[in-house]
Amino acid sequence: MIQFVLKRLGTTIPTFIGVSIITFLFIRLIPGDPILLMAGERGMSDERHAKLLAQFGYDQPLWQQYWDYLSGMLRGDLGISFRTKRPVWDEFFALFPATLELSLCAIIFAVFIGIPSGIVAAIYRGKWPDQLLMSTALIGYSMPIFWWALLLIIFFSGTLGWTPVSGRISLMYFFPSGTGFMLIDAWQSGQAGAFKSAVQHLILPTVVLGTIPLAVIARQTRSAMLEVLSEDYIRTARAKGLSPFRINGLHALRNALIPVVTVIGLSVGTLLAGAILTETIFSWPGIGKWMVESIRARDYPVVQGGLMLIAAMVMFVNLFVDLLYGLINPKIRKS
Amino acid sequence: MAIDDTQAQSETGAYELQRPGRFREFWSYFSENRGAVAGLIVFLSFILIAIFADFIAPYSPTDQFRGNLLQPPFWQDGGSTKFLLGTDAVGRDMLSRLIHGARFSFFIGLIVVSLSLLGGVTIGLVAGFVGGWVEVMIMRLMDVILAFPSLLLALVMVAILGPSLINAMLAIAIVLQPQYVRLTRAAVLAELPKDYVTSARMVGSGTLRLMFITVLPNCLAPIIVQAALSFSTAILDAAALGFLGLGAQPPKPEWGTMLSEAREFILRAWWVVTLPGLAILITVLSINLMGDGLRDALDPKLKRS
Amino acid sequence: MALLDVNNLTVEFKTSQGQFRAVDSIDISVDANDVLAIVGESGSGKSVSMLAVMGLLPWTATVTADQMLFNGIDLTTLTAKQRRNIVGKDMSMIFQEPMSSLNPCFTVGFQLREALKAHLPLSRSARKIRAIELLEMVGIPEPLKRLSAFPHQLSGGMNQRVMIAMAIACKPKLLIADEPTTALDVTIQAQILELLLELNQQHDMALVLITHDMGVVAETAARVSVQYAGQKVEEQSVEDLFAAPRHPYTHALLAALPERATGKLLPSIPGVVPGQFDRPTGCLFSPRCQFADARCLADAPLASPDDSTSVRCHYPLSNSASVA
Ligand SMILES: Nc1ncnc2c1ncn2[C@@H]1O[C@H](COP(=O)(O)OP(=O)(O)OP(=O)(O)O)[C@@H](O)[C@H]1O
Ligand SMILES: [Mg+2]
Repeated sequence: MIQFVLKRLGTTIPTFIGVSIITFLFIRLIPGDPILLMAGERGMSDERHAKLLAQFGYDQPLWQQYWDYLSGMLRGDLGISFRTKRPVWDEFFALFPATLELSLCAIIFAVFIGIPSGIVAAIYRGKWPDQLLMSTALIGYSMPIFWWALLLIIFFSGTLGWTPVSGRISLMYFFPSGTGFMLIDAWQSGQAGAFKSAVQHLILPTVVLGTIPLAVIARQTRSAMLEVLSEDYIRTARAKGLSPFRINGLHALRNALIPVVTVIGLSVGTLLAGAILTETIFSWPGIGKWMVESIRARDYPVVQGGLMLIAAMVMFVNLFVDLLYGLINPKIRKS
Repeated sequence: MAIDDTQAQSETGAYELQRPGRFREFWSYFSENRGAVAGLIVFLSFILIAIFADFIAPYSPTDQFRGNLLQPPFWQDGGSTKFLLGTDAVGRDMLSRLIHGARFSFFIGLIVVSLSLLGGVTIGLVAGFVGGWVEVMIMRLMDVILAFPSLLLALVMVAILGPSLINAMLAIAIVLQPQYVRLTRAAVLAELPKDYVTSARMVGSGTLRLMFITVLPNCLAPIIVQAALSFSTAILDAAALGFLGLGAQPPKPEWGTMLSEAREFILRAWWVVTLPGLAILITVLSINLMGDGLRDALDPKLKRS
Repeated sequence: MALLDVNNLTVEFKTSQGQFRAVDSIDISVDANDVLAIVGESGSGKSVSMLAVMGLLPWTATVTADQMLFNGIDLTTLTAKQRRNIVGKDMSMIFQEPMSSLNPCFTVGFQLREALKAHLPLSRSARKIRAIELLEMVGIPEPLKRLSAFPHQLSGGMNQRVMIAMAIACKPKLLIADEPTTALDVTIQAQILELLLELNQQHDMALVLITHDMGVVAETAARVSVQYAGQKVEEQSVEDLFAAPRHPYTHALLAALPERATGKLLPSIPGVVPGQFDRPTGCLFSPRCQFADARCLADAPLASPDDSTSVRCHYPLSNSASVA
């Protein structure tokens, strides 16, 4: 197991360095001078230009700039946003809980519906429940989620008036953000209706963001279950006279979960990509919306730093999932 | 054991068979899958619409009928058969724009898949054949690309290159490439130790010949499936970029761009929002149905079930 | 009355090329404490017929039988739930591949205790004690330590012992062993067979032993049933069968043994078992039979019910012919 961890770390570190080089080079690849680009049509005096170049370190040789970037990153310094003049690092971590809350809810939604659907489909293989569930999953898998979000808004917000269209909570409520998770903060604030409002705001984004992972998990669970159900040890379990519930839900599922967990881990990247669209549509104040706005505004330090932090996060989660894979797969754990 | 044997047999069997026989076998499996056939039919009509858009569309996609702003589809009150699916906010015919949008999506898919497939397969072959540090470098680079959420990477690339459809396609092609590299390399590594490669080597085939003529045709199956899947991903991602205002630019009738233009009318005119998205969904769904069918028909492991 | 009494058992599989009859009107009868060996080449339907008795076939299989009595209970009319109360308790089965027959995600102890929990009203601690006892009974050293081992940490022979322990956990009246030693080393094979026989004698448990190995049959079984292409072609006591095989197929099987006692896999009889598409019209064995004539090619022989050997042949060999 220790060997496995070391080996896995051995591939993560070069990837991390690669990611840092790529994010670093991105900004340098932009044709033209980033300071002038930022100034846009207005232009600026030569004197001020030189001062800004020095302030952002663009007058240094490339390797020196990279070194400053890398060492700054490890110290938690990713530069200053052009737009807000605040540190990128601080902005990222101020917005991150919103994205995390949304992503966690989406993944929970996807897992709790996706896995049972996959199991049912596998058990009723070829019969109508299977066909119904898998057709639905394929539609979900093919869904342009930005359109799906609009449809849900039309129906639930427009026609039924059940859910709000944007933000994390109604403006009526105000309380200091303790944990950064609106659900928890609203609950702790004790204000009447705050929690309900937070939940209402969260529902549509969660469904939208969870749709594709849900479809992927359901499909993967089904195929993993089908594979496992034809294994010899399932026949053994049946020969013991165990109930179908125990056979499917314990013996088969435990084995089928191994590939499913991998898929759940891999969907973190998809989830963050989806968060970009979901947050933009629902005005959800998280990382995704922040990145899109910064890209539109050509706020390069934010684009660079945000990209780096997001990639680092994806790598971290993948690493974690691989280790988890080692834990739930006894063949790796005990060898 | 038993499964391995039959699998090996069916593989060598397929290898020895003549091409027409191989195709017929593939078709017999593919046509058993009703969903896949339906997907194929929809996809073919999509291609036809894309090619003949100029002849099918009743109007030009950019003609503005100033007297018919936001007119609903013909079956609703206020609609007319002049504009079957209604008009948008500046009076352009929805149907014509949707038909021309098919052309955009088709070319996006085609170009993105061609670029990423050619690049990815070549790099994958190099990684598999050359091995050593070249392989390690290539695979690490692919890991790096895969560490970024694909849409985000495409967004950033578009931001750097400037928002346009061409740049969006380029960015998506780069983002989709690692899948091909990984698949091809894995397939090559699986094929290299087999007897037919060894014998081709003994006969003295050059490396290039070995790569493209001896080995590549035998690892095509997963690559074809991946091509179908990335076709739909390309359409989805390009539409998402268009939706965020960083892909095709208005007034181009690209489906995602149309959706983003229509957003403000979301509660007033359902058709300008619903129809472009429905077009994306149907297209992507048909390709995915087809992709599933392809995978089942090409994968010898699933064949027997 | 026999413990297991099956009449006219037929199993058909739904395949993409139509129905395939894997087992064709077989009779099986096992008395309490009996040892019945079932022999035959690969694909002759040995496993399928016993899986049908256990009710373990996949849904593509259709099982029909005139009668299927176990311990006086009619297996054909049971609900799934009632069947689960019998299977794994009074009637249990072990399989050919010990390495893949145990669930890789659970410890040996968990899987063993689970078998107890399913059928016996034992407390947690009682189950643990019984599990250790069972592992000891099947000859596993350090049973307490082994309880927390995963299957892949044990050898094939150890896993097969665990399988046996699980199968006998609830003191079954019948144990079906489907080629329990094929995947194991020769030395381990003998130990496992010895263990099975010991259990048969000491615990009053009937044994059905499916095997390829005539040597194993000679050493272990009391009676032998020979199957060919889904049909039972002959059944006799071991002594009689080895002394005077009546069906040409049995004769060929025995004749192919260099030393009757040390046979390995069934050696060569020219030709192969007919599959789904090349079933002959007459006697199924006729294409490979050295004695076949026009009648054998035209009509299928029936098992003669009055004959104690129930041989399925138009021209059963007499005692003198068998001395080859
Ligand atoms: N699930 C199934 N679907 C279709 N055919 C099957 C299935 N299981 C078994 N068969 C067929 O039934 C026939 C009998 O198989 P069976 O496993 O009983 O043979 P066997 O006598 O046990 O052979 P072996 O000695 O190799 O174990 C074979 O031709 C096999 O292909
Ligand atoms: Mg068998």
